[in-house]
Amino acid sequence: MGAVQPHIRIQTADFDVAAEIARLTGGRRDIGAVVTFTGLCRDEAGRLSALELEHYPGMAEAEVLRIAGDACIRWPLQGITVIHRYGKLEPGDNIVLVVTASTHRQAAFDAACFVMDFLKSRAPFWKREHAAGGAAGEWVAAREADEAAIANWRK
Amino acid sequence: MKLIYFAWVRERIGRTEEEVDLPAHVETVSDLLKWLKHRGEEYENALQHPEAIRVAINQEHVDHGERLAGAHEIALFPPMTGG
Repeated sequence: MGAVQPHIRIQTADFDVAAEIARLTGGRRDIGAVVTFTGLCRDEAGRLSALELEHYPGMAEAEVLRIAGDACIRWPLQGITVIHRYGKLEPGDNIVLVVTASTHRQAAFDAACFVMDFLKSRAPFWKREHAAGGAAGEWVAAREADEAAIANWRK
Repeated sequence: MKLIYFAWVRERIGRTEEEVDLPAHVETVSDLLKWLKHRGEEYENALQHPEAIRVAINQEHVDHGERLAGAHEIALFPPMTGG
């Protein structure tokens, strides 16, 4: 399984989930399970007009690659893709995509969950809220539950 | 030594990056945070709770006890909120 090369993209552009699944499965007959997770920008009951995502260029790619690489060591994956957007995103827009492919579903589910848990509190991205009125508002505070989710994987 | 700042750390300090010459007694991340805090009101404001600041050396996460030897790029930022 060491041959799996994670596909990582940090970009402003949107992504196409179907195309990203096809990138992992195209021309192969050995993949039995593909799990995708898509994170979207939400309006928090009408309170927000946008989220602005800042990132640390260079480290964002490196850290996401480290996380995806760790997933490849823990589970027998046949492919893994992680795409994270930055810039100003509106409610309904895609923010992040994780695609995992494996022979059986459990590895694909678990690896996708692991990658998302680590992305949340280890990938250098920061969200700032834009209120419905249009003004740039507060930076989103980190949630303790995100840190706890990471601790669970270390048990 | 290049220091870079992100999110509200960047906003409170009022700059995205800077070059600094560290005195010899600044040996660890923790020493660096203490030293920076005394550089002015904006640093004091950004680093008033040093335990809340996350640090990366050469684009890898480190603990506050990490030594700075070999660092060419040190980033300071709040807890991350991506995903």
